[in-house]
Amino acid sequence: MQQDRPMTRWERFKDNDIVWSFLHSPGAIVAATITLIAILACVFAPLIAPFDPFDPAQISLWDGKLPPAWIDGGQPQYLLGTDNQGRDMLSTILYGGRLSILVGLAAVCLGMVLGVTLGVISGYVGGVTDAVIMRIADVQLTIPGILLAILINGIGRAALPLELREEFAIYVVIIAIGLTDWPQFARVTRGATMVEANKEYVQAARIIGLPGWMIMLRHILPNTLRPVLVIATIGLALAIIAEATLSFLGQGIPPTTPSLGTLIRVGNEYLFSGLWWITFFPAIALVVLVFAVNLLGDWMRDALNPKLR
Amino acid sequence: MQFKKMIAVSIAALMVTGPATAENVLRWTSQGDALTMDPHSQNEGPTIAMNGQIYESLVTRDADLVLQPELAESWEAGPDGWTFKLRQGVKFHDGSDFTAEDVVFSFERANHEASDYKEQAKNVTSVEVIDDHTVKLMTDGPNPILPNQLTSIYMMDKGWAEANNVTAPQDFKAKEETFAVRNANGTGPFTLVSRAPDEMTVLARNPNWWGEGKFPGNIDKIEYRPITNAATRVAALLSGEVDFVLDPPLQDLKRIEGADGLSVKTVAQIRSIFFGMDQGVDKLRTSDVDGNPFKDTRVREAFNLAIDKDAIQRVVMEGLSFPTGMITPPGVLGNTPENDPSYGFDPAKAKALLAEAGYPDGFSIRLDCPNNRYNNDEKICQAAVAMLAKIGVKVNLDAIPKAQHFPKIQNRESDFYMLGWGVPTLDSHYVFSYLLDGEGSWNATGYNNPRVNEITKAITTEIDIEKRTAMIDEAWEQVKADMPYVPIHHQVLAWGIADNVDIQIAADDAFRPRFAVMK
Repeated sequence: MQQDRPMTRWERFKDNDIVWSFLHSPGAIVAATITLIAILACVFAPLIAPFDPFDPAQISLWDGKLPPAWIDGGQPQYLLGTDNQGRDMLSTILYGGRLSILVGLAAVCLGMVLGVTLGVISGYVGGVTDAVIMRIADVQLTIPGILLAILINGIGRAALPLELREEFAIYVVIIAIGLTDWPQFARVTRGATMVEANKEYVQAARIIGLPGWMIMLRHILPNTLRPVLVIATIGLALAIIAEATLSFLGQGIPPTTPSLGTLIRVGNEYLFSGLWWITFFPAIALVVLVFAVNLLGDWMRDALNPKLR
Repeated sequence: MQFKKMIAVSIAALMVTGPATAENVLRWTSQGDALTMDPHSQNEGPTIAMNGQIYESLVTRDADLVLQPELAESWEAGPDGWTFKLRQGVKFHDGSDFTAEDVVFSFERANHEASDYKEQAKNVTSVEVIDDHTVKLMTDGPNPILPNQLTSIYMMDKGWAEANNVTAPQDFKAKEETFAVRNANGTGPFTLVSRAPDEMTVLARNPNWWGEGKFPGNIDKIEYRPITNAATRVAALLSGEVDFVLDPPLQDLKRIEGADGLSVKTVAQIRSIFFGMDQGVDKLRTSDVDGNPFKDTRVREAFNLAIDKDAIQRVVMEGLSFPTGMITPPGVLGNTPENDPSYGFDPAKAKALLAEAGYPDGFSIRLDCPNNRYNNDEKICQAAVAMLAKIGVKVNLDAIPKAQHFPKIQNRESDFYMLGWGVPTLDSHYVFSYLLDGEGSWNATGYNNPRVNEITKAITTEIDIEKRTAMIDEAWEQVKADMPYVPIHHQVLAWGIADNVDIQIAADDAFRPRFAVMK
């Protein structure tokens, strides 16, 4: 096709097949918007939130258990009501969501780094190394992720002295979820690596005498990252859910600095007494966030898969 | 086909076993389990209540807290001790006879170094055997309230203890395990069938009990299953999984009352909730300041003024508590209308007092709190964290199960802690000797006032009631001025009970199955 005039940068950007697919998929646009808003809201929580729920000096017990503002008895400064201690629900959700996203991202990064490294080594080196790594991954995949996370988390907490437990709880959770995540990444990367390893450019690199680690890092790794990105996005949603599950079971983030899962657990105690908003709003926030990230991951899988295009 | 057959067989089996369970089984729950089955190891409400279904004392209290004969039939005071006539023909669960020898042994055991009942038991200096069924409990001078002090000192079989190598109580603080921790051999209305700590304790009716036929209770089997999570506990009651919840969360009482076939009973409890502040150590363990601010009365007063007792009553306790300025409730000799009102709530004055004491910017400290013992214990602590933050004190909350919390207090390892105290004797001496005497085994505040110590000792032998009461009042006034504790409130008890069982609520929060009638 002939071009009358050179394409502007924007047009060239729009012409990119991934962007094209994105702009023609309303689901993806909605999901991305929600995810973006959620992430921005959580990152800038200290600026947006009307109160700082972690500052006990701002809490008044007399304001405890107030319903959302539009219900009789609610107060306008507490839009989504307050919890049993008088903390503003909207603020706790923003801060809690921040913690959830942070834990999710960190856990996925940990799982990704670990999985991709092991996957590339496994696929490139092959032989016994490959067999050992992949069998470990297989064994781990047979154990439900959440059980494994509870196990790692439990050991991590028991190993810490009591005084440090609360402080390090968040890192323990990140490690627990990250360690359960890596086999997915390892498997996908290994497959992609084996395909790439036989291509001419890799053989060329080998012939000119580059060391193995250099080939893996500079040549193979960049070409295996597309599928990893898809898994990472879906993995983020799963990691957020995993953190919420751990916290809901009382194994995760402590109530003094609550994540969404912790908020849902604390609120759960008040369901019978009709204070539904303490558990409902954090739960809705969690569902919307995870749903949006998941949709995004789904779209990315379709957009990046040449067979589906 | 095979599968259908199996179902048919299992249904038939169910129908056959159905009528067999027609015995009266009471299933109940509360948030925390008895800490041990050893009757002299832990002086703690739920532990005493659980053991009191298996073991018995010489004298007991009924659900109205009136003294009643149990293993003793009658008693009589003398100048140097009390004579108790023991009940005849009483047998322990293993079949051996209950005699004066067992009384001697039980008091020796309760006075052992590892016993947690020393403060009560040491009032009995020795036990004199008059005959097989008469004993004289010797006291150090006249003791006007001895029977009151005996209601939770349980009688054990000497032979059984010797045979199982449990002549000394379990050292709970040192996490010792002995035979008596999971096995029990008492004289009481129920025998221990099985015990899985924190999971399930099963008791069965003792057909050879001396009281058989004398009490209205008709329960054949008791299944006690502690459930930590409050919502789960209520769900269990609502779904009929349990017949009785000892401690439903206060916010759910309306829901339970509104449910078909369930009701709630409430009563003012003989238990006060308070915080202790350790003024005894030279340097606080968990604070960023040098020295110990709690040594200064002004700091202790500031803490008292910073806590909004009324807010805790209304929001945390749903109105079910009585804010107070004492650590012992009305109903106990020594609680007076003059001393009972709280110190009030005045954060501005509290801040000024802190500044005066040299801490204008406050300091940090850890608050040790149980999370499965008292009504809304952890939530009270969370509320206190926020209230103390407003006078500049940064509190780090450590809320843990009672089995780990209580040793911290008994080993005097806590700077700032929550504790609740019930009074089975209904007399202030019990409070003084455990919580205010410098040597008191549950006094982790380091409070050591010579006059209070002196009164604690004097009232054990003072038989002139007027003089004795005057001394008790004097001690309380001293305590009120010294403020070793931060009193919060007296608890109000609420029990959630299914209509198929008739249970009388008792102000000491102890369930007495011998009176419980299933319909």
